[in-house]
Amino acid sequence: MKHLLSAGDLSRDEAVRILDTAEELLGVARRPIKKLPTLRGRTIVNLFFEDSTRTRISFEAAAKRLSADVINFSAKGSSVSKGESLKDTALTLQAMGADAVVIRHSASGAPHRLAHSQWTRGAVVNAGDGTHEHPTQALLDAFTARKHLGGDLAGRNITIVGDVLHSRVARSNALLLNTLGANVTLVAPPTLLPVGVDAWPVQTSYDLDASLEKADAVMMLRVQAERMNAAYFPSAREYSRRYGLDVARMNRLQDHAIVMHPGPMNRGMEISADVADCERSVIVEQVTNGVAVRMAVLYLLVGGQTDDTGPDTSGSTENIHSDNEGAR
Amino acid sequence: MVAVPASARTVLDDQDISRALTRITHEILEKNRDADDLVLLGVPTRGVHLAQRIAAKMSQVEGRDISSGALDVTMYRDDLRLQPARSLEHTDIPDDIDGRVVVLIDDVLMSGRTIRAALDALADHGRPRAVQLAVLVDRGHRELPIRADYVGKNLPTSMEEKVKVRLAEIDAEDSVTIEAVGEGGQA
Repeated sequence: MKHLLSAGDLSRDEAVRILDTAEELLGVARRPIKKLPTLRGRTIVNLFFEDSTRTRISFEAAAKRLSADVINFSAKGSSVSKGESLKDTALTLQAMGADAVVIRHSASGAPHRLAHSQWTRGAVVNAGDGTHEHPTQALLDAFTARKHLGGDLAGRNITIVGDVLHSRVARSNALLLNTLGANVTLVAPPTLLPVGVDAWPVQTSYDLDASLEKADAVMMLRVQAERMNAAYFPSAREYSRRYGLDVARMNRLQDHAIVMHPGPMNRGMEISADVADCERSVIVEQVTNGVAVRMAVLYLLVGGQTDDTGPDTSGSTENIHSDNEGAR
Repeated sequence: MVAVPASARTVLDDQDISRALTRITHEILEKNRDADDLVLLGVPTRGVHLAQRIAAKMSQVEGRDISSGALDVTMYRDDLRLQPARSLEHTDIPDDIDGRVVVLIDDVLMSGRTIRAALDALADHGRPRAVQLAVLVDRGHRELPIRADYVGKNLPTSMEEKVKVRLAEIDAEDSVTIEAVGEGGQA
């Protein structure tokens, strides 16, 4: 594993390895000294071309707990707003010696471009690209569900509800949960299911009520108002009535079923406040788990021996292994 | 499950290992007088099983339950960058270690680098009053100023030899063997 670009790239073994590693790293948050020396001397750049609070601070906390140096770069107020291209930004970061680049971009495929362009030699972690993927969110969702559902997701029913069309979280979750053996059902109004969803390894439904009883976990997606540039549903109230999770619907869930939400929530829209704050809701825990999962990803990508080939030796994919100790 | 190669020479069999652990148990109790203050921590993977065995023997001697834990040192190793990222082992520290006497337990002591990592890891979990080290085999070749307080067997070896500890919990039998191979062996 050199980069983490798509949840679909992970084999079952790789995914389980990340989750098991995260399980151990979760304990770090409970220790008196919440820090490991593992990534000392490594530089991790958070390259955020799109607004994000929780993902960025989660990655920042994860990198700092591993003792890495963190450089935060957000497009607002940077040279990007003066028209700098992704390539030039990446070359600048490379010149500063980034070992890993965590990138969020509004264009689907931007992390892939960065990873395969030779502009940077560091590991690339996709922290959300357009409406494409958000693999670490899927990993933390799987991690949280696994903890509550007996340690294994094989054969479990997970229902993902809401704006699947614009949701990179839904796409990554569908791929990862399928890899882990879970049965995924996507529930959304017909206008909010993407074209070609029948090729995904999931079932789809337009009816939330029919999907509740068998679900072991229900994941509510945020209605992304900023991407709602067409009339996808008649009104917010109608959406909420048909696809929102309220107490009446929650009471029809199985006793052990959990309620998840990747955040940020629109309380009263896709999830009622009562449900968001109830004991079934693991939404706050998801945030805690997110740090552990991102620590695991960063550790597995840059914690060991890394490829030290320069970006200009194009054509040579052979790794020149040398430890960085000589530099000290 | 590792079969014992024909070239291997057995230096400790199951009886020898059991006797060595019994002696170490008594030595730990003798040196520390009071087992109340002790925290037994094994270094994964085989150290954890040795710690469990010592804890069981100690429980018998003291007539009450004494538990052991595990301390994974992977994240503190100094050779992380020499190979791809390793999987983590389980860390399980049964009590608060502040002001207690921690006995670290490992199977083979060689360079001392694993124990150096363990001392660093321990410092992040608290501040023990003292840290002691028990190993089943001390094979020499130290690269750091570290020494064991309790040793099952001192085993002078050459770097060309490989010391292999097998424990019934994971290897189907109890034995310590020396194999003549080129590779450096365990730390």
